[in-house]
Amino acid sequence: MALDYEESKQKIIEGLQKKSKTKSKFYFNDLAKILDAKPREAKKIVTQMINEGILEFWSSGSTSMYGLKGTGKQAGAEHENE
Amino acid sequence: MAKHETPLLDQLESGPWPSFVSDMKQEAEARAKNVNNVEYQIPSDVIEDLLGVLELSYKDGETHWKHGGIVGVFGYGGGVIGRYCDQPENFPGVAHFHTMRVNQPSGHFYTTEYLKQLCDLWEFRGSGLTNMHGSTGDIIFLGTFTPQLEEIFYEMTHKYDQDLGGSGSNLRTPSDCIGAARCEYACYDTQDLCTHLTLEYQDELHRPAFPYKFKFKFDGCPNCCVASIARADMSFIGTWKDDIQIDQEAVKGYVNGEFPPNGGAHAGRDWGAFDIQKEVVDRCPTQCMRYENGKLEINNRECTRCMHCINVMPRALRPGKQTGCSILVGAKAPILDGAQMSSLLLPFVEVNKENDYQEIKDVIESIWDWWMEEGKNRERLGELMKRQGFQKLLEVTGIDPIPQHVQEPRHNPYIFWKEEEVPGGFDRDIHEFRKHHQR
Ligand code: HEM
Ligand code: HEM
Ligand code: SF4
Ligand code: SF4
Repeated sequence: MALDYEESKQKIIEGLQKKSKTKSKFYFNDLAKILDAKPREAKKIVTQMINEGILEFWSSGSTSMYGLKGTGKQAGAEHENE
Repeated sequence: MAKHETPLLDQLESGPWPSFVSDMKQEAEARAKNVNNVEYQIPSDVIEDLLGVLELSYKDGETHWKHGGIVGVFGYGGGVIGRYCDQPENFPGVAHFHTMRVNQPSGHFYTTEYLKQLCDLWEFRGSGLTNMHGSTGDIIFLGTFTPQLEEIFYEMTHKYDQDLGGSGSNLRTPSDCIGAARCEYACYDTQDLCTHLTLEYQDELHRPAFPYKFKFKFDGCPNCCVASIARADMSFIGTWKDDIQIDQEAVKGYVNGEFPPNGGAHAGRDWGAFDIQKEVVDRCPTQCMRYENGKLEINNRECTRCMHCINVMPRALRPGKQTGCSILVGAKAPILDGAQMSSLLLPFVEVNKENDYQEIKDVIESIWDWWMEEGKNRERLGELMKRQGFQKLLEVTGIDPIPQHVQEPRHNPYIFWKEEEVPGGFDRDIHEFRKHHQR
């Protein structure tokens, strides 16, 4: 069963906002967990959220993470606000 | 006069080998002279500052680069590695020093014109420093500023028909040996398979959803010119099923000194007359060859396809005619648990263009499904294989255990029977048993 986009989007936004005090960057797996979905299904939602500019990528070069656009910035990556 | 004093770096130039420090100084000088009047889009002294910050790192014994970044080109979650310097006042030329990865053409086939275009673009909009085909395999552009990224991406994709490669938790730029284009050892068309899978898996290449990086590499034969067995989560290595083809006349030719062994590769020194017993037969790792009465014989059942005999006498010996590839999985660099080579999963798969390589894609996708669900963050396939066991890998790929999976008996891997696989299960009828076996 395909996930409903609007509903899934809300779930992710709320899920990430809830944790935003401690964390601004999330692994793909964390997003799949919020949706309680198989990775391939979750990926479709996440890709669309990227394309709409709601989420953005962060990369160390070797690993990639996701965050709500504009949150955390560099300080988050450096774990300064944890 | 250099912008920054670099006594520690200068020392690196004193050894007998070419030095990256000299290369960087050369480029710094070329940018300063700018004979072609390039309108540099990032500071012209970027390399001076790169030398300066590296010198400082050597002095301080710690890095002056921050970790990672949000930068990229729109829609892509890889291909750009964001780098920022933590001393931007002292080294403004490298305040940003982002890396871009370029998905090189399969088999590294390109014209000088294409290379010049890339270099010109990179001089204009980046540092001019490149790194061609390191162990990651692709073309790497080192050092540019954020506003340049989309410009470079546009130019590359629209003018040069050239895509970015993979970085981060993506499928990395697949890479392959020159294969059937130039090399008669090739057991399958590496370039076609590499290109096909690159196009097929664009989503995996550009939109990260894996636990970590994932690499494909394609070697046309077990000589492994791209070292797929050591560098790829999935290694596709050409092989054959039937017998090594022997031309007995040509074997005699080698024995009589008519043809230089190894295609003349070791001709730089006089090694004496060619000795087929010492140089070929005795060196066969499985000792499955014999040379008697002017005739070379191979017990092909024992041959491990190491390529040694074929490499020494390419005119006389060739891989068999029934060719395909072996698929091995799980190689990785040291970070956790030490380095690991790929383990054999499928000894022989037909490499079939006719059905768009469906058998191969089925294996790939079953592995991805497993790893994407079970893999921990930053866990490579090889680590997951160790954690959950080779038997689990066989289960998820639907492959039956075979002797070739066993590296050492009772050690790696150990395959357990499951109850449903044993006729009658684990329960037995004790009365039936006692009819034939006393207490
Ligand atoms: C002139 C400077 C640099 C050179 C020549 C250089 C060269 C390279 C090369 C050749 C690779 C690929 C290795 C491979 O083949 O697998 C690589 C990867 C990498 N470099 Fe650099 N690099 C430079 C600067 C930096 C800096 C300043 C950083 C960090 C602040 C950095 C971080 C990385 C990372 C994280 C990777 C691995 C990415 C991956 O997982 O594939 N590099 N670099
Ligand atoms: C020609 C006949 C046999 C040969 C060549 C043979 C060979 C071996 C070998 C090589 C091992 C070591 C396996 C390993 O640890 O990797 C072994 C273990 C063993 N063999 Fe045999 N064996 C033979 C017959 C038998 C028979 C008839 C019995 C029992 C009546 C037997 C009982 C065992 C047991 C109990 C072990 C140890 C298993 C364990 O470590 O759990 N073997 N045998
Ligand atoms: S891996 Fe084999 S087929 Fe490919 S270039 Fe090397 S020798 Fe030739
Ligand atoms: S390929 Fe290697 S193992 Fe096979 S016969 Fe030649 S030397 Fe022996």
